[in-house]
Amino acid sequence: MTVPTSQFIDALKHWRPWVVKGLLWSALCISQAAAQTPLRIDITGVGTRQIPVAVAPFDSTEPALKFSRTITEVIRADLARSGVISIVDAGTPTPALNERTPTAPLFVEWKQKGAQAVAIGSNSISADGRVETRFILLDTLRSESLGGLAINAPSSELEARRTGHRIADFIYEKLTGEPGFFATRLAFVRKDADVYSLVVSDSDGQNTQIALRSKEPLISLAWSPDGTQLAYVSFEERNGVNKPIVYVHTLASGKRAIVANERGSNSSPAWSPDGKRLAVVLTRDGNSQVYLVNADGSGIRRVSRTNGIDTEPTFSPDGKTIYFTSDRGGSAQIYRVPVEGGEAQRVTFNAAFNARPQVSPDGKYLAYITRKEKQFRVGVMELSSQQETIVSEGPKDDSPSFAPNSKWIIYSSQLKGRNVLSAVSLDGKLRTRLSAGESEVKGPAWGRLP
Amino acid sequence: MYHLFKPFARLPLLAATASVVVLAGCASQVPLDDKKATVSSAAASSAAASSAADAATASQIAAAKAALGKVKPSIYFDYDKFEIKTEYQPTITAFANYLKADVKARLVIEGNADERGTTEYNLALGQKRAEAVSKALGVLGVAANRVEAVSNGEEKPRAKGSTEAAWAENRRADPLLK
Repeated sequence: MTVPTSQFIDALKHWRPWVVKGLLWSALCISQAAAQTPLRIDITGVGTRQIPVAVAPFDSTEPALKFSRTITEVIRADLARSGVISIVDAGTPTPALNERTPTAPLFVEWKQKGAQAVAIGSNSISADGRVETRFILLDTLRSESLGGLAINAPSSELEARRTGHRIADFIYEKLTGEPGFFATRLAFVRKDADVYSLVVSDSDGQNTQIALRSKEPLISLAWSPDGTQLAYVSFEERNGVNKPIVYVHTLASGKRAIVANERGSNSSPAWSPDGKRLAVVLTRDGNSQVYLVNADGSGIRRVSRTNGIDTEPTFSPDGKTIYFTSDRGGSAQIYRVPVEGGEAQRVTFNAAFNARPQVSPDGKYLAYITRKEKQFRVGVMELSSQQETIVSEGPKDDSPSFAPNSKWIIYSSQLKGRNVLSAVSLDGKLRTRLSAGESEVKGPAWGRLP
Repeated sequence: MYHLFKPFARLPLLAATASVVVLAGCASQVPLDDKKATVSSAAASSAAASSAADAATASQIAAAKAALGKVKPSIYFDYDKFEIKTEYQPTITAFANYLKADVKARLVIEGNADERGTTEYNLALGQKRAEAVSKALGVLGVAANRVEAVSNGEEKPRAKGSTEAAWAENRRADPLLK
């Protein structure tokens, strides 16, 4: 357990510093929730050592009571899903605890129940109708506070869930020393019968919104670095031809623009870390090659120059290098090249097929798809040591995408022949699965909240 | 110009006006509106072209069309490969002859890949197959600007399932006259 910093404890006394404004557009759009089989999240692998934590029901009176239930539930579910924290039942104290309760007498009891940390908090409705949530995390072994949060958000179920995710992130970071990954967003493609939907959800598959529906395939989703836009490839018909075209879609407004519609196929968008341009794959000069294009579709510039396939570009977090897949050596392998030009350097050697690279946001790891024993699996390479770990089982895994905290990867996989989303920790030990009943879900992209 | 030969035609050609719906913010459904104009102007030029065609050209087109009906409509490929096998040369020749006879026709070649591998690599593989067909047509004298090679990757499998037979069916390029 990490030692609390004195700054957090000092700040807690004043209560104001971490007021989080709720997101207006998402609050307005609850009506967009999909009327389909809800997504289901299952925990399929947990750590051998878990930190036991109790989350007391948040104290509140009507009309804030329903938000308290939601927030408490979301925090518990997130922490359990992390695989490294277990939820301890510390009972339902009467009267209910809140962040102002003198807790000194309670530490002994919590320790006896096995909780190393306890989260307590409360909700109230402010004069302007918003929900005020306050919470503190207590270390029962040291009998002291680890800090807390004050969050002010619009009064909706959606925002209550977001508040729960932010609190879960705080607890996770205090207890593990790593940034959390709960207050994040997923984008993925859902297929029901012959309709493809571009779905955006919270990290737990809840709060789903559909940004686009189409009868033609949607692939290659990529979040803009600021979390406000999605780039993707759509096969919808234009000018009498169905072919892949790259779009950028602004979620708040629903406006979208074509970024690349050149002769041939247009695909595989990847944002530069500054959000100003994208790497894309065009075939206008005869083969699938990597190009750079400004986010408004102007200024196309060719990056790779081979007679074969160069595709699946992705930027390093410093924006200086593009990793991509190429068959220049006779089989699909991952290479890297300086964005401003230079020699491409081969990165993968361990299998006859290595493709679809993604660099972790912290720049330390490369995730990709590797073919091992006829199975397509997710490989993770530590870039400094080139040490490879295979973190998935196959048989047909695809589209690995790092969580914003670099510690988890979500990817497409198959379960009994159906496409589901799987998430795995970098060491391959912690696992969750997101499925949608009879529907197919695939092509996930993990992004931050705007 | 839209010559739709039944065996090669794809169903959703004109059905797309309402097939894509953008849902965002709280806005209601916003269909894309850029198709009607394009389609109607193309139809107008098509009518003008056919009225201008003389009888000799019309019979040449009819003969070339008949020849197309006698060859394999699709070109199949080996796993992770894009070389055109000699058994498909008659298909290439028939399409080249048709494009020479019907000078207003355009060809879109859709390449496809089986499901093995990654989404985007398979898109590139399908593209390479479509381009192999395009190049073979070029060798026979078809101008590059009359042919567009595009790819469906693994997204539109004609055969479902994860069997060798299904994979073989899906490693394919389809020349589609427009």
